[in-house]
Amino acid sequence: MSDEPKKLKIGWFSFSCCEDNTIVMTEVLNDHWADWKKIFDFRYAPVLKSKNIFDEFDIAFVEGAIASPAQEERVKEIRKRSRKLVAIGACAVTGLPSGQRNNFTPAQKEAIQFLVDRFGALPKVLKVSEVVPVDVEVGGCPMNPDDFLGAVNRLVAEMRKSQT
Amino acid sequence: MERITKVEGNASLTLRVKDDKVTDVNFKISEFKRFYTEAMKGKAVMGVPQLLARICGTCSNAHILASITAGESALGITPSEQTKILRMLTAHGLMIRDHALHLYLFSMPDIYGKDAFLDFDENDAEQHQLLHDGFEVKAAGNFLATLVAGRSVHATYPTIGGFLHFPEKQGIAEAIRKLEAARPAVLRLINIFKEAPFHFKRETTYMALVPEKSYGYLGGKIMTSKGEIFGEDKFREQLERVVIPYSQASGYKYGGEGYMVGALARMDLAKDKLHPNTKESARDALKVFPSADVFQNNLAQAIEILHSIDESVEILKNSTFKAEPIVRAPNRDAVGMGVVEAPRGTLYHKITLGADGIVKEGEVIVPTGQNQINIEQDIGRLVQELLPASPTGGPDTPKEKIEFEIEKLIRAYDPCMSCAAHFLKVNWRKE
Repeated sequence: MSDEPKKLKIGWFSFSCCEDNTIVMTEVLNDHWADWKKIFDFRYAPVLKSKNIFDEFDIAFVEGAIASPAQEERVKEIRKRSRKLVAIGACAVTGLPSGQRNNFTPAQKEAIQFLVDRFGALPKVLKVSEVVPVDVEVGGCPMNPDDFLGAVNRLVAEMRKSQT
Repeated sequence: MERITKVEGNASLTLRVKDDKVTDVNFKISEFKRFYTEAMKGKAVMGVPQLLARICGTCSNAHILASITAGESALGITPSEQTKILRMLTAHGLMIRDHALHLYLFSMPDIYGKDAFLDFDENDAEQHQLLHDGFEVKAAGNFLATLVAGRSVHATYPTIGGFLHFPEKQGIAEAIRKLEAARPAVLRLINIFKEAPFHFKRETTYMALVPEKSYGYLGGKIMTSKGEIFGEDKFREQLERVVIPYSQASGYKYGGEGYMVGALARMDLAKDKLHPNTKESARDALKVFPSADVFQNNLAQAIEILHSIDESVEILKNSTFKAEPIVRAPNRDAVGMGVVEAPRGTLYHKITLGADGIVKEGEVIVPTGQNQINIEQDIGRLVQELLPASPTGGPDTPKEKIEFEIEKLIRAYDPCMSCAAHFLKVNWRKE
């Protein structure tokens, strides 16, 4: 019977963004993959695997801004199923640069409106905290790998404490 | 298919099948448009490369290099020889890291029947070795890019006119060490993809920017497999943009047809220019090219990692870098174009400036957009061949198997959806 703590269920979600934080995470993996394999169950992470399970998460990492009603619904669903939700990267934390159309001149907004309509995008691009409560923010464009690691380690320690 | 997995970004697929015939294939890049070519209007030219880097988190540095090239072309700036070398090293770091990400994390699990690279069995000698290999190669590329350009993602040192920071001796020595240490892993990688049992032959025109002297990603002329050669400034007018209404990305045709860009195109067009050490070590694998097999895009990428290691090591061993000022030029009313080879293929940036140095308009054509038409056609053909009515299809091939085959093929193209919109949700419609 193993004394090891249960693996933490991780969800990795990317909305309207360039996925730079995902790339930073894959670089952090270079040094941490062996440990993370032991402590994390990457339950939902389409960048890493095909058999993804969208059930419940100890920690959900959310990057990107929210640009459509479907994305809005999705992030609400993620919040419902997650003990902790971490917004990572500038787009998730501030809405920019993915939400740059919010700051377009009226002429520019008019010029792109047909595309906004065609793809059913939201009138205004939202940051994650405008849609759901966020537990931890790791900003940056991309997020700083050390800040990310710090936040991850703090969360893991917190959750381990509550597991015992 | 709702969401294609193990690719960069979001894409989905709708297939229409009637009486066992594929009638419709919609490969939909579902990343929401973030309107970068609109956002660059009204911005000062010096800030544009950093803005457009944010088009993509993985080929970010390719966008920076293309944007810098376009800006310098507009302003009439000629970069110094050292700057050109540092940019080559930036491109090498990018290729090593990005190709390794794609090959180990996205494509290799398919070969070993695993769902994820992290699922590789540490108790199996071969898989254990590959786990270490994958992260070591990525780390070497990441280190090189960080040394030369500041970061792998949204690099901070390259700018219009030169570099803001120069590599230190200690970092250079460590980069050489890491790159040389990673070389054996890349030889194993080449062998794995040479032996991989997946094939999909499709005749098409290949296109790439080919440097004059040695195999690379910056400068030179655009070549096609039909034998045409033209300068960067003629690139755009050769292409016909095709609006794909259900996709957030545009497609492109050359000579009225789809065409392919990427490592396979580069290898088919210029393998004779590879570094001598690469040609020696990869001699058997190179016999495969020129190839019309989409899956050999993976093998071509693996060989490119080796070339980038070999060339970077040679450059680093034989260069000293010194601080240089940025080359500046007065603002002027002008149009500039820049073409580079990003990991996934030919990348084009165009910028139109006013006399005040403010951007009037711009255009970006990304590799995945250029491959989109071929990707769709190939999926249609792949599915057709797997359906019962086809001589190659089995009796009622299960949907999951077909979806897996589709994903594998799409992965071979290594699409970057973040780029293409400014992996796979398949909606089956059986009629």
